[in-house]
Amino acid sequence: MELSEHLFRREAGRMVAALTRIFGVHNLALAEDVVQEAFCRAVDVWRFRGVPENPSAWLMATAKNCALDALRRERTARTFAPELGRLLESEWTLAPVIDELFAAHAIKDDLLRMMFSCCHPRLPEETQVALVLHILCSFSVGEIASAFVSTDSAIAKRITRAKKVLAKSKKLFDVAAPAEFSSRLPAVQRALYLLFNEGYHGASPESAVRTELCREAMRLAAILLAHPLGATPATYALAALMCLDAARLPARIDSSGNLSSLFDQDRSLWDQELVAEGLKMLQLSATGEEVTEYHVEAAIASIHATSLRAQDTDWGAIVSLYDTLMAISASPIVALNRAIAIAQKEGPERGLEELRAIANADRLARYPFYHAALGEFELRSGRYENAGEHFRTAHGLGRNPAERRFLAERTAACEQGAQRHAV
Amino acid sequence: MSEFTYLFRGRDYSASPEQRQKYTEKWIAWFKELSATGNIKDPGHPLEGSGKVVNGKQKVVNDGPYAEAKDVVGGYTLIEAKDLAHAVELAKGCPVLEVGGSVEVRPIQKM
Repeated sequence: MELSEHLFRREAGRMVAALTRIFGVHNLALAEDVVQEAFCRAVDVWRFRGVPENPSAWLMATAKNCALDALRRERTARTFAPELGRLLESEWTLAPVIDELFAAHAIKDDLLRMMFSCCHPRLPEETQVALVLHILCSFSVGEIASAFVSTDSAIAKRITRAKKVLAKSKKLFDVAAPAEFSSRLPAVQRALYLLFNEGYHGASPESAVRTELCREAMRLAAILLAHPLGATPATYALAALMCLDAARLPARIDSSGNLSSLFDQDRSLWDQELVAEGLKMLQLSATGEEVTEYHVEAAIASIHATSLRAQDTDWGAIVSLYDTLMAISASPIVALNRAIAIAQKEGPERGLEELRAIANADRLARYPFYHAALGEFELRSGRYENAGEHFRTAHGLGRNPAERRFLAERTAACEQGAQRHAV
Repeated sequence: MSEFTYLFRGRDYSASPEQRQKYTEKWIAWFKELSATGNIKDPGHPLEGSGKVVNGKQKVVNDGPYAEAKDVVGGYTLIEAKDLAHAVELAKGCPVLEVGGSVEVRPIQKM
């Protein structure tokens, strides 16, 4: 019996969520200790005896037993989840109640409850994302720090502070209350969106594409969609966007480990199952009045995903979708992407015009692909010297080896162009 | 062939679930390798971290062993190898070493 990939991490999230429901959110640390204990037992036994038939069930049963031990040991010293109250105090009710709380359907709700609890309005967005990664996806502080290009101590501090806020909230989020559910839903969607983007465009030096972060975001989005209150048009749009973008992941790094731009990717590597799933989700999102940024981004991704060759892309449609996106949520990054689409449609000079017109362009000053876009348009206009200059700046800002290799190659292309031109 | 016991000490304490899974997989791979070469007599068992210790003529029972956590035997395995040197060589593949643990290799006395 082999362990499926990331099994421990997935199960850890489920166990912490279930245990926190039992112990109460103020005892999150105890829940985490019990999970550690269950894993220690698993490692101890499995290393000698091999992996059991159903490792998930084994882990969950062990966590349940460890939880019972902890409840018996600590019940005079601590109070647990207030809503369970006396049920945990009496031996008559303790075991059956715990059995019920560890049932599969209960745990699914626990994950959702924890997801909403992590997106607490008192926490900044990036902290919500870190907390989701830490508690639900069981990323260690070190793993989060490397994904966010931050230091261990900065992330540790952020998570400790976040856990304090969570503990003070006294109660886990109530996913059965429709009004509260709907009012926090956008924050949850946003956190999953940021998590996905961190994986997709992230600056992690480890690899240009942190596929795992994308996969975790998609897994959590699926849990959100499985809940009747969570399955809104915006959530479908978010899921569509994730599927359609993720479909391109296999082509983003070419066979020699280099970043490959959308224009140069081998489109036969795109995951057609994910494309189909994304298009289905996009269709499901097309109900109701509201058009969210997820709708628009998913629509843009769907145009790319269904264009057989780069030159088949309907850039007119993409430009007008970026116009809509600018109206919903303008940002320098959206403006940058819009300028690239305009350059595709109307030529590099127009692209440069649009780049120069970006409001708050200074916020892009440290973003390598802003300078790369300037370089690309100068290159296409035949101004090799200017182009090389921009690509060198971009190269200096490259955040990982793959980005730097890509930008070094573009710089070299400018130099070659200049030489040919001189001859 | 002679028989040996491996006594394992040490544990992967502050690991993330992902690291723990990798660690478990390494152990399983190591055992697989040793069984494939016919060196495992009995995979043995893990041991709980503590129990009781019965002492001396008075049969005094104490909680224990109260050694440092890293010195507590966490499990044992029975090995078949050509000689002590061979058993030691095989022990060098044990993943517990990577987390700072140790393998004590003890020949089983022939009857």
